[in-house]
Amino acid sequence: MKADIAFGQYCEGNSFLHRLDPRWKIIFVLVYIVALFLARNIFAFALIGASIVGLWLLSGIKLGILVKGLRPLLFIIAFTAIINVFWFKGETPLLPDGWAVQIYLEGIINAGLIILRVMVLVTGTSILLTYTTTPIALTDGIEQLLAPLAKIKVPVHEFSMMMTIALRFIPTLIEETDKIMSAQKARGSDFSTGSLVKRAKALVPVLVPLFISAFRRADDLATAMECRCYTGGNGRTRMNVLHSTWRDGVMLLGILAFVAGIVVLNIFAPGYTFTM
Amino acid sequence: MSAIIKAEHLSFAYQGDEDTAPVQALKDVSFEIEEGSFVAILGHNGCGKSTLAKLLCMILSPDEGRLYINGRDMTAENIEEKDVYDARRRVGMVFQNPDNQLVATIVEEDVAFGCENLGIPSEKIRRRVDEALETVGMTKYARHATHRLSGGQKQRIAIAGVLAMRRKCIIFDESTAMLDPGGRKEVMDTICRLNREEGITVIHITHYMNEATMADRVLVMNEGSVIMDGTPSEVFSRADELWAAGLDVPQTTELLWKMKEAGYNVRLDIFDPEECAMEIARAISEKR
Repeated sequence: MKADIAFGQYCEGNSFLHRLDPRWKIIFVLVYIVALFLARNIFAFALIGASIVGLWLLSGIKLGILVKGLRPLLFIIAFTAIINVFWFKGETPLLPDGWAVQIYLEGIINAGLIILRVMVLVTGTSILLTYTTTPIALTDGIEQLLAPLAKIKVPVHEFSMMMTIALRFIPTLIEETDKIMSAQKARGSDFSTGSLVKRAKALVPVLVPLFISAFRRADDLATAMECRCYTGGNGRTRMNVLHSTWRDGVMLLGILAFVAGIVVLNIFAPGYTFTM
Repeated sequence: MSAIIKAEHLSFAYQGDEDTAPVQALKDVSFEIEEGSFVAILGHNGCGKSTLAKLLCMILSPDEGRLYINGRDMTAENIEEKDVYDARRRVGMVFQNPDNQLVATIVEEDVAFGCENLGIPSEKIRRRVDEALETVGMTKYARHATHRLSGGQKQRIAIAGVLAMRRKCIIFDESTAMLDPGGRKEVMDTICRLNREEGITVIHITHYMNEATMADRVLVMNEGSVIMDGTPSEVFSRADELWAAGLDVPQTTELLWKMKEAGYNVRLDIFDPEECAMEIARAISEKR
């Protein structure tokens, strides 16, 4: 474990998507997800496929990173594919009668479309948000989008402050865990062999000092923040104010066109209709 | 010159649990700190120097005595949250642990934190943050992640955060204690420059004797009281009293002191190794 781990999955860059306003990006992602679930036929799915290529080109992220991001999904993808292929009752059987199992053409198409949707869902939202937005910008974006909720006493500022501090202390605490583990190893504790229960128990002497020091840090930080005149969100200003630019306008038009395209294709394009 | 901080007969005790007695951390401490001065507070562990720092920035309030900040009595009955806030805008603090006082993940955002709390308009914060980073020589790290900096750099960021709030007085609560020698030098150079060039009042709490020699004035604390108060030369030439209080003296002073005990006629108020060597050479040749 090294202290310079990347938080989340942010990829440094200066692309079109990197430079969008995080507030808009959150809205775009929500609209994009809804659009993905609107798609009903093959043509609409083709448009979805095209959209992901478009997003990829706009983000300037290496293809390898995107592929890597999909790896944890392999199991879900395989599972959905099998279920769909074998259990789907369609109209075009592919195997001769009398076999123990039957596979339908529709089942295979259906499986393909579901896989496409899951992959696009994960990759698209990652490209739009996590790969191209720093966690801090994301927190700021969420805080400002939810700001109206503060009127009905939702602690929006407190929530975003907690997020910021959590992000700030993740590397510090990882570094500390590392140090404590080394110290315990030096005294002969063993974290890597034995049963799961035994290994979990070996972690107790790591977690106890870690928690104690985390509380001490929290206390110090509270004092430091108080000394720096922190009194909560009231009357607070920001150095970096989020600005919407022409890029956000262009992206908005693009996303709206995408949604419209899917709706139009759903209604007018002929061919196979996807069933869930 | 007016006093930015004036303490009169301050006392403070930490209340223990039910079965432990309260611990008297400060006993009848009085002093005045002039605007623009550089004061070092010396003392070994548990002598009450950190408690004093906490009183000065109003994290704790004294059991007895009066504390004036910028002429305003912070211990008066009618003191309000607003007045405390106001005093904190004048007196800033840099703490011991460099990690536990940085709030944001990006350097410039951390420097801006205090100004943001004060509700300063964003363009103005931008300007102040740039100036503050320039003053501590960290401009090129403005967009860096705070957790990747060295200890000395983190402390300089913390100093920049205090500077950006335009405070006239900074308390350093053992800010060099957790740093390596390189980081310590970085921070001490910054502190000295702030005092000389920007006219900022510095209160430096430390247990490094050589850091105390850079100050205009040294307060020595022992068991909750101020036992010595004077210029570094005055204080360190009373090495026997310092030793009795469990403190060290700078190495040069110790050497000169021993020379004097051995019958050489040397001055005791020299802290520069170079000058110290000259003085010893002079004393030896004089004795011959």
